[in-house]
Amino acid sequence: MSQSKLRIAVKRLAQAIPTLFGVIVVTFILTRALPGDPAAYFAGPAADAKSIQQIRVALGLDKPLPVQFMLYMRDLATGNLGDSISTGQPVVSDIASRLPASLELTLTALVLALGIAIPLGVLAATRPGTWIDHLCRAFVTAGVSLPVFFTGLALVYVFYYQFGVAPAPLGRLDFAHFPPPAVTGFFVIDALADGDPETAWAAFTQILLPAITLALFTLAPLARMTRGAMLQVLSADFIRTARAAGLARQKVLFAYAFRNALLPVITTLGMVFSFMLGANVLVEKVFAWPGIGSYAVEALVVSDYAAVQGFVLAMAILFVAVNLLIDISYTLIDPRVGFDD
Amino acid sequence: MTERAELQDLASEAENPQGHEPEGTVMNQPLPALEPAVPASAPAARPRTGGALAHIGYVLRSNPMTMIAFVLFVIIVIAAFLGPLIAPYDPLQSDVSAALQPPSAQHWFGTDDLGRDVFSRVLAATGLDLMIAVSAVALSFVLGSILGSLSGYYGGWTDRIAGRFIDTIMAFPLFVLAMGIVAALGNSVVNIVYATAIVNLPFYARVSRAEVNVRREAGFVLAAKLSGNSDLRILATQIFPNALPPMMVQISLNLGWAILNAAGLSFIGLGVSPPTPEWGIMVAEGARFIVSGEWWLALFPGAALMIAVFTFNMLGDGLRDIVDPRQRT
Repeated sequence: MSQSKLRIAVKRLAQAIPTLFGVIVVTFILTRALPGDPAAYFAGPAADAKSIQQIRVALGLDKPLPVQFMLYMRDLATGNLGDSISTGQPVVSDIASRLPASLELTLTALVLALGIAIPLGVLAATRPGTWIDHLCRAFVTAGVSLPVFFTGLALVYVFYYQFGVAPAPLGRLDFAHFPPPAVTGFFVIDALADGDPETAWAAFTQILLPAITLALFTLAPLARMTRGAMLQVLSADFIRTARAAGLARQKVLFAYAFRNALLPVITTLGMVFSFMLGANVLVEKVFAWPGIGSYAVEALVVSDYAAVQGFVLAMAILFVAVNLLIDISYTLIDPRVGFDD
Repeated sequence: MTERAELQDLASEAENPQGHEPEGTVMNQPLPALEPAVPASAPAARPRTGGALAHIGYVLRSNPMTMIAFVLFVIIVIAAFLGPLIAPYDPLQSDVSAALQPPSAQHWFGTDDLGRDVFSRVLAATGLDLMIAVSAVALSFVLGSILGSLSGYYGGWTDRIAGRFIDTIMAFPLFVLAMGIVAALGNSVVNIVYATAIVNLPFYARVSRAEVNVRREAGFVLAAKLSGNSDLRILATQIFPNALPPMMVQISLNLGWAILNAAGLSFIGLGVSPPTPEWGIMVAEGARFIVSGEWWLALFPGAALMIAVFTFNMLGDGLRDIVDPRQRT
């Protein structure tokens, strides 16, 4: 059985290749869809016809499109996404240095959201019609209607301005602390590993509000899906059988129902990640979080074109990878997958 | 490929499985051409439109949220059309002597840093925000329907190519793709509309593909074929109208998301340029004053945005109850 599971996982891995290819084609089209002449754009407003032509040759824009595409693929393979105009650095190193900040924020928010949404959804499903069910419903409705940048600002106003319990929404650490030596790139973990609880605490208080903002946004689909999946599983025949056999309530709920209900929740994670990576951009702007989202926003403002497209590509690759991971873990977890193959 | 795609679909609509055939949808069919699709055993004694109306009335009565959403919807539409006329001040008129005033009887929502009346600006923005969302959704409805119907009807290579295209769009985080499109096409309101339309395309294409696909071999389609109708004619007049009810639900749910998407884009400085009143950009401008306590600048446009999104989401849920009662959660 594990052999066939492995085969399915490898097959799924192979299926990601056309998707990845599609992503690269789209980003290629986006880089070539610049209004007017990309060469004139890169040359700047002061350039004359001759220097524009030079840049056109240097960028390979004088060649036919398929050749340009091959060149683009070669650049990608060597990790060359061009240079950022605003920072003067290669886009790849810019993104690589800012990615940990975004990942720390996204993962913290995800853990937070899962930690609240799953118990909430389970409770709502086991007690339909009670106040906890209504609370779940209210959360879900509010969660999908609240603009994430608005929630962030509201939290800043309440906890920073009104109560003064949160630090200023200005990045990952205040000026009194130095970033810990980079190991994982996650400030809280790195500071703890460095034996510096004070910096860890400072980093933790900085990340709390943006993570809550992002988590509130993510909560809705997760809670809704958990509730729906639990309701569906709880009405299944095997649950009735388990109950009739006199198994303990906890055993039925967790060992039988919850494990099965978890599968659709895991598949929801793909969509949730799509929303999260988008919302991340907005949250990073609100909290001046130095991740790749705010990097892209800064680049957009100054029309730093290579940086924006590099960001889009990085996000898409990240998202494809996350979906792949979700699908493979789903294959490995679900006992039914692989039987009829 | 399809597994993930379908699962994502599942997630996007929560517990709303696609590709099934709700008989209840036929009841609300506006087009008489679809008579053959209704089972002959349907109770003929009761007039069908009366039944549908009664059902709508029942849903509205039993679900007060839908009622509230409908009232809000009417208010939003009125504000969109009459906003600039009923606004107490000129939304662009600055008055430095009255800058950053908290809400008062004179300025209901206070004034911003240039002394402009926030209430008038929020009101004037309604039209623009709604227009962006509605045109984006209309565009993706039309394009998505065509793409989905063709791939659902013809299957084979058409389906495979269209499916691959849709999957590629879905392989991007949607807001990020919208950012990339606007950055590539140029920073303007029209391009915000295009970008929002493209990222919404998959949802319409999927729904219409599923709805068309299940009816491809239906009796009334074969009958229409036998009477010598062309494929496109059958698709447009016989099959596609059946897909409209679920598409309408999708539109309503999608409008809220389109407004959020557009406001998010303008929040990060894309599309609408500063003096123009628009909710997203107003929140962005107000964000600078949150840390110094001037909350009204960001709160009111943000709240307007929230109410609009909430309205369309609730309306979509209500519409789904009307179209297909079995999908209620």
